[in-house]
Amino acid sequence: MSQVQAELKYSKEHEWVEVLDNERVRVGITQFAQEQLGDIVFIELPEQGATVKVNESMGTVESVKAVSDIYSPVSGEIVEVNGELEEAPEAINGDAYGAGWMVVIKLADAAELDELMTAEQYEAFSKEEE
Amino acid sequence: MSALKQTPVYSLYKEHGAKTIDFGGWDLPVQFSSIQKEHEAVRTKAGLFDVSHMGEIEVKGPDALAFLQKIATNDASKLVEGQAQYSVMCYPDGGTIDDLLIYKLGDEHYLLVVNAANIEKDYDWMQKHAEGNMVLRNISEETAQLAVQGPLAETVLQKLTDTNLSEIRFFHFKQNVILSGISALVSRTGYTGEDGFEIYMQAQDAPALWNSILEAGGEDVLPCGLGARDTLRFEARLPLYGQELSRNISPIEAGLGFAVKVDKPVPFIGQDALKEQKENGAPRKLVGIEMMERGIPRTHYAVYVGEEKIGEVTTGTQSPTLKKSVGLALIKREYSEPGTEIEVEIRGKHVKAKVVRTPFYKRS
Repeated sequence: MSQVQAELKYSKEHEWVEVLDNERVRVGITQFAQEQLGDIVFIELPEQGATVKVNESMGTVESVKAVSDIYSPVSGEIVEVNGELEEAPEAINGDAYGAGWMVVIKLADAAELDELMTAEQYEAFSKEEE
Repeated sequence: MSALKQTPVYSLYKEHGAKTIDFGGWDLPVQFSSIQKEHEAVRTKAGLFDVSHMGEIEVKGPDALAFLQKIATNDASKLVEGQAQYSVMCYPDGGTIDDLLIYKLGDEHYLLVVNAANIEKDYDWMQKHAEGNMVLRNISEETAQLAVQGPLAETVLQKLTDTNLSEIRFFHFKQNVILSGISALVSRTGYTGEDGFEIYMQAQDAPALWNSILEAGGEDVLPCGLGARDTLRFEARLPLYGQELSRNISPIEAGLGFAVKVDKPVPFIGQDALKEQKENGAPRKLVGIEMMERGIPRTHYAVYVGEEKIGEVTTGTQSPTLKKSVGLALIKREYSEPGTEIEVEIRGKHVKAKVVRTPFYKRS
């Protein structure tokens, strides 16, 4: 799978953001992030209705070896959670930008999207982190 | 920051896709393909590990045995030439300096294999306690170690030598075995809970042997990193220094009483403290735990019964073999009975678990 997808936005904490409409975004972790983590065996996501804040932890993803926070790339309310990941978190390894999606967030402040990186910017950013 | 140390095999990691990490000052592969795949390869076929970072110390001379009897908890006088023994070095209070393998190379001649992070500490301690007619030599730099582990380990390695490897029994070894032209000490030992070999050789020979083993193994052998080494040893309940053993954890607490011969006829460092623990029971005990609710126990997570903190997790992960979330925990002895319900504090929440028997994996 390619490292980035052109139509998505990216955070410095390696989350991707897909703008669904004026007020909702879908969020997951990037291909780079899942490669760094290795085999993902556990995930803890916020509950539907929960409020999340930009750059604050909204959940946890664990590989065989390590525990990592999932940082919310925007502020808002969780309106949808990918419940299938609880039983099959390896979907994040297999399809980070597709079946590995984590939550849909209703934006509190659409201006926060402007702080995120483009695919091109993120690609350069993650290369430096390597 | 000083540069990370590299093993002689380092330059070959990349072509197998290694992801390396800083492990106690060494730049070592945590994984090549995937921890789970490597783990499974060792349980079902074979895996190849570069463990050249481990330390090797040679002890030679008429007083070598007396020295080992004094610094190590197991009874080295029981060793015959060609045999290896698991042992522990302790402080006078029973806390652990390191765990090690002792190889009897010949009369008055032994090889000690110690943990990489402890080489200097161990060597200093040994020099301090050396007496009589004996010589200590730290040969870690010039010695490399590769491990081939798994049910097909013997089949793979046998392709490289005329020496009949099936004659080497568990915890025994042969010296000067020629493996595809390289002279090595081949020992039937390991850190994975599987059958397999640990191979010691001159550092400069390790890259060639690494390649020969992979070539001979073909589909049957996978290069493996420290990640799989850790999950494999954990399932087999083999201790890791710094987690199950430490300055503050005795081998008795860690359940290694088999390697502590408290009635050894000659006194050894830590004997009184360890004898007391073995006879009266140590206040803490290392147990297996299995999560009953969602969550993975990790090193240093606190363990509770109700409001009382009873200890902490030493190692935990989702077991690749069992697909269960399990751990080892050092807890107050009164809660160590299998079936006892406990709680692990995971990110501020108490998550239900229970004490279970170990090892999590035993080869059939």
